[in-house]
Amino acid sequence: MVHLMEYLLFGTFILYVISSVAFVTAITGKKSRDGEKVHLARWGKRGLFFASAGAVLQVAFTVTRILISGFFPTSNMFEFTAFLCFAIVVAFIVIYFMYRTVTLGAFVMPLAVIMLAYAAVFPREVKPLIPALQSYWLHIHVTTVALGEGALAVGFVAGLIYLIRYVGLDRNSRTATMLEVCMVVVLMFVGFILASFAFGAVGYQASFQHVFEGQTVVQKYDMPPIVAPIDSQALQVQPFLGWRGPLFEAPSWMQGEKAASKFNSVLWSALTGLLLYGVLRLLIRKRVYELLYPMVKHLDLETVDEISYRAIAIGYPIFTLGGLVFAMIWAHEAWGRFWGWDPKETWALITWLFYSAYLHLRLSRGWQGLKSAWMSVGGFIVIMLNLIMINLVIAGLHSYAS
Amino acid sequence: MENTKCECGHNNPVGTILCEYCGKPLDESESSGQPLEMRYEGKARRSQTQNTTWFDRVWNFFSSVKVAVYLILITLLASVLGTLLPQEQYIPSNRPDAYYPQKYGTIGDIYYQLGLHRMYESWWFITLLSMIGISLVVCSLDRVIPLYQALKNQRVEKNISFILRQRIHQTVSTKEKEKESALDKWMKVLQKKGYRVRREGDSLLAEKGRFSRWGPYVIHIGLILFLFGVLLRLLPGWAMDEFVYVREGQIKKIPETPFYVKNVKADIELYDPQEMPQKLEEQTPVVKKYETDTILYEKNASGRLKPVHRDAIVVNQPMEYKGLLLYQADFQPNQAEAIRLGVKDKKTKKKLGSIRIDLYDPKPTYALKNGVTVRILDYFPDFIMDGNRPTTKSENPNRPAFIFEVDSPKLDEPEKSWMIAGTNLDDLNRKNRYTMDLEKIETVNVSGLKFRTEKSLPVILFGGVVAMIGLVMGFFWFHRRVWIRWAEDQLYIGAHTNKNWYGIRRELEQVSKECGLHLSFTPEEGQGNQ
Ligand code: HEM
Repeated sequence: MVHLMEYLLFGTFILYVISSVAFVTAITGKKSRDGEKVHLARWGKRGLFFASAGAVLQVAFTVTRILISGFFPTSNMFEFTAFLCFAIVVAFIVIYFMYRTVTLGAFVMPLAVIMLAYAAVFPREVKPLIPALQSYWLHIHVTTVALGEGALAVGFVAGLIYLIRYVGLDRNSRTATMLEVCMVVVLMFVGFILASFAFGAVGYQASFQHVFEGQTVVQKYDMPPIVAPIDSQALQVQPFLGWRGPLFEAPSWMQGEKAASKFNSVLWSALTGLLLYGVLRLLIRKRVYELLYPMVKHLDLETVDEISYRAIAIGYPIFTLGGLVFAMIWAHEAWGRFWGWDPKETWALITWLFYSAYLHLRLSRGWQGLKSAWMSVGGFIVIMLNLIMINLVIAGLHSYAS
Repeated sequence: MENTKCECGHNNPVGTILCEYCGKPLDESESSGQPLEMRYEGKARRSQTQNTTWFDRVWNFFSSVKVAVYLILITLLASVLGTLLPQEQYIPSNRPDAYYPQKYGTIGDIYYQLGLHRMYESWWFITLLSMIGISLVVCSLDRVIPLYQALKNQRVEKNISFILRQRIHQTVSTKEKEKESALDKWMKVLQKKGYRVRREGDSLLAEKGRFSRWGPYVIHIGLILFLFGVLLRLLPGWAMDEFVYVREGQIKKIPETPFYVKNVKADIELYDPQEMPQKLEEQTPVVKKYETDTILYEKNASGRLKPVHRDAIVVNQPMEYKGLLLYQADFQPNQAEAIRLGVKDKKTKKKLGSIRIDLYDPKPTYALKNGVTVRILDYFPDFIMDGNRPTTKSENPNRPAFIFEVDSPKLDEPEKSWMIAGTNLDDLNRKNRYTMDLEKIETVNVSGLKFRTEKSLPVILFGGVVAMIGLVMGFFWFHRRVWIRWAEDQLYIGAHTNKNWYGIRRELEQVSKECGLHLSFTPEEGQGNQ
């Protein structure tokens, strides 16, 4: 059963990859004998087929996991992130049927691939539910949040397409620079995944001993230490390419239980991301968004703007329902209060306020198009901050942190 | 007040953008050839016509969407600020003044000094939320009335420049003799698509989904109700939140209510390794359940406790009785409740028996065989040395310490005996004839129970539901209108929607196809670039 589950997950991943390739082929492929239109339609159809097949397989994965554990898998980082990936794919399929924009698939499906890979970085074993999480409201709340965020993520991707299309090959604007910065950030995210898997594959380990809140604790690293916990002693550091690190100690305020180790992973992600970026630049000899531009240059800006807005208009009510209404009902039952300003709750509110501002700003014309596209990117950053920073760094009651 | 007269002869109030009667653009800046600004049908709102008294100014301030966005963004930034460091209720200390500087250094100190550790309760944060509330009321009233009037009184026949300046528009040359059949066909097909179509002279107005225009206002009403519900919590007795620890077997009063609660039994259950869904690498036990079997009592007129409700409370399943909610909030297993001491005569090596001391309610003296008595001279439930003076930290027997006085006919005078947390202080007690040894510590489980009443919960929930209904109305339905007018061998078609332009374009293309025309309403690909 556990093996079956792992195969299903892997199959899902592969199908999403194939779907991404199909969508990219659809819009970049050499003009085929049958003409551009037919080529686009044919590969677009294949892309959609593989995306749907992947989603079906992910449903099968989810069902298998429910059979093993007895509960809906949204109880830790792996499960939630994997479900978020599913939600992105579902939202994409829905939006695709509305607008039939093949280009969207060429950007959304790679995002789904990255999401699923990111999920797989976290421990995947099935753990039983602690009492605080034993509530069907929790699962309703989390799944609804994820579905809303999936649609908002599609809105972000459309916003990004808008920006790439808008900037074109003109390098001399702030928009162009900022867009390239976005590309670097995405690459750093990919860098984190690559570094995690690479060091995981070789079983890298290091550990440091230090005093935390009056007790001696051991901090484990799974990436070579660039930074050590403050006032710590190295217990064991595997050499990495002959280098034994660390280069410096974490700043004094970074004292949390695993803070230094997490900071270390962030440094590795940034480094790997920059390395990826450097290699890419050398290979393509232009900016990354310029590489993507030919894929989007035939699109009508107004339509892309509307797709982004529409996706957000679908995601916003769902997010409101899941992130605020259901969240309050669950908090009322589980914690004896419907709102407690714990970081996770507060960041759900922040996300909601952000998109509320987006909607109100759009009501006045000046905030459609370019500014609106930037806001959709900003909204996704807020969602990611909530997922990554708050879960892993500030971690509130929602004990998703691994 | 000066009025703006349109060429059709209608008098419009100042601030009107589109003639209320025929829709002709009135404002000079509106005749630029750009698509028309259709918000509120171009109708003048109160906030644009009145600006003399202080009331008008306040009204205008709160009715502005710009101000609303600023309020929302400031609240957003403040909320971010509040999550940078944990709020007071989440720190593991009851001395925030010391905790923040100690743990987070200068930043922590500043955070504390600015009151950010209780930011969400601060007067300025509450003021922000109240301002959003006021703004919600004002802006909704300011707009919903003119919008309602405009939509209710809208004319079928519109000025041609109104039609041509819609974002979606088309012109088809149509001879006078084809006019009737053309208008008829459009009417039929649009009706088939669910539009309500009206005809006046040579003009058609097709409309559907108008109710979705009320969506935003329903959302705002929901939010106002929600905020109102939150405000109600300030009324005395509407929101109560108490916390008590109850030992197994103990009955405790629930503060501020006529109720008492008894912890009959409190249990913790761990997952059996066998029932773990998957073998884990780390074999740390995982808690499956915290449960407290609870009886609720009510004090009746004669002062007697009468059991009124019994239930097993587990996390996520609070007990409910007449609006009072009881939550399983904390669990402390194996807390000392009583100790059993064996008293021995060192000389005869004979045991004189044992005494049981209730740590929460020790008796002053305990009698044993042969006339031996044990008197408690002093008791420190949570023993600590304050300088060289023994004292107690709390009333909980975390580290019980006793000073006993043992008396017996065989002793000339009573002897003192010290005991801290179950161990004898041999140095002090060495000369004593009678020894006291710990035989047993009796433990019980202690449940932390949270009590709550939340009378405005229905209002709050209702507000949420109303807001959700508004969201669905406003986001999943669209208000679409199509104006068609025949004049001088031309059929003018214009259309407007509040959202989803792509959808109405496709719909119109289908409609025109069914009318035997193949009109395109889609912007050309590659257009609109920069
Ligand atoms: C956190 C508070 C608020 C939330 C969540 C909220 C939510 C919304 C939503 C979802 C819409 C629909 C937007 C759309 O259709 O694209 C809307 C519209 C609107 N909101 Fe708010 N709103 C809030 C506060 C305010 C405030 C304080 C004002 C006061 C000026 C305001 C004024 C408006 C106006 C004028 C509209 C447009 C109505 C229309 O199109 O007919 N909102 N609001």
